[in-house]
Amino acid sequence: MPKQQANWSPYDNNGGSCVAVAGADYCVIAADTRMSTGYNILTRDYSKICKLADKCVMASSGFQADVKALQKHLAARHLIYQHQHNKQMSCPAMAQLLSNTLYYKRFFPYYSFNVLGGLDNEGKGCVFTYDAVGSYEKVGYSSQGSGSTLIMPFLDNQLKSPSPLLLPVQDAVTPLAEAEAVDLVKTVFASASERDIYTGDKLEIVVINADGIGREYMDLRKD
Amino acid sequence: MASKQPENSLLGPEADSQRTLYPNVTGTSVVALKYKDGILMAADMGGSYGSTLRYKNVERMKAIGKHSLLGASGEISDFQEILRYLDDLILYDNMWDDGNSLGPKEVHNYLTRLMYNRRNKFNPLWNSLVLGGIKNGEKYLGTVSMIGVNFEDDHVATGFGNHLARPILRQEWHENLSFEDGVRLLEKCMRVLLYRDRSAINKLQIAKITEEGMTISQPYSLKTYWEFSAFENPTQGAVGSW
Repeated sequence: MPKQQANWSPYDNNGGSCVAVAGADYCVIAADTRMSTGYNILTRDYSKICKLADKCVMASSGFQADVKALQKHLAARHLIYQHQHNKQMSCPAMAQLLSNTLYYKRFFPYYSFNVLGGLDNEGKGCVFTYDAVGSYEKVGYSSQGSGSTLIMPFLDNQLKSPSPLLLPVQDAVTPLAEAEAVDLVKTVFASASERDIYTGDKLEIVVINADGIGREYMDLRKD
Repeated sequence: MASKQPENSLLGPEADSQRTLYPNVTGTSVVALKYKDGILMAADMGGSYGSTLRYKNVERMKAIGKHSLLGASGEISDFQEILRYLDDLILYDNMWDDGNSLGPKEVHNYLTRLMYNRRNKFNPLWNSLVLGGIKNGEKYLGTVSMIGVNFEDDHVATGFGNHLARPILRQEWHENLSFEDGVRLLEKCMRVLLYRDRSAINKLQIAKITEEGMTISQPYSLKTYWEFSAFENPTQGAVGSW
């Protein structure tokens, strides 16, 4: 009998979309709560957002088991950091750690598409966007996941940041007020849910500002 | 050409024969839901060897510790190995003798890590697991797949149950189901599976876990209804057909 090949894949795509928008003194991170496999919905109420540090939140979509393992890994590393440095990790520091963690598994990647959002040490909003193997960039806004191809162009239209190559260096964060940014995010997900079958059910929005971390939910299409 | 690897090495082509490529004896769907007093779970008692129904008395649901109930579909031998791992886990927990005991959340987390780690080594435990329980009044129902995908919900199912039972549960499940209503709902799901899943057999058990503990029913069979008019006198319009 010829040698049988493996007929299972260690990866699956559990779908979903994530968005983050940075403001002058706030950051909005949002993701839908649908978890799917193939053409099935596994559950309508699964959070893709994880608080890594006081002012640093990550939203990830892709293969849920890898996302969960990545979240646990980063949370553990953050705990060690707190023990060693007696302070919380800043968002830029966590951004670097996430990149390194992802690249560490360059040859058996975490199938996880992440956006990291939070406040930097000066209290200004910052968003970092990643691919599955850790290449990352600080941006004013980003989206990842199954709906990102639908969402990103719309965010570009509304929030387009100036090229980082221009001089003098201009700010990437949006001049929008917090409430306007949250409204934009809600609009963006409502639109993505219309055309992306993997996005829907419910939207979870996390807002980080000087007062702390706030959370709200919005219903999305269930079909 | 003689290989220089020691016999028990995990490298090289010899190691591949030790990795799971496909399941041999399998169980089909498990369906579970939360109800007023705890969790109800149903699974049939079949163990299929490919397309042969080889074993008809397989218990695919087992109590874990004081607070949890585990149901499994997929490779039966891997399920038995998981029970061995959990035995060690619960024993270790009991030996502390400190009044604490692992609840369903903890057991589910352990199982998730177990399945994910085996998947990372490309040697998966070929199961889809359902873990339900109740501790200190808090009900919990979760599931883990063979590659480590896990979540909790008010009702879960494995395999064909995802396609046939979940839609029924989404329509008819509600908070605080009574025991009778829960059983009726599960039986409705199991009946559909019996009609439509070719690996399902008409011999099932329903297990219940509440604060008082776990009870599992005696095996029984569901009444099935074949009196569709299309099934009566099927050859009426085409003599010689069957």
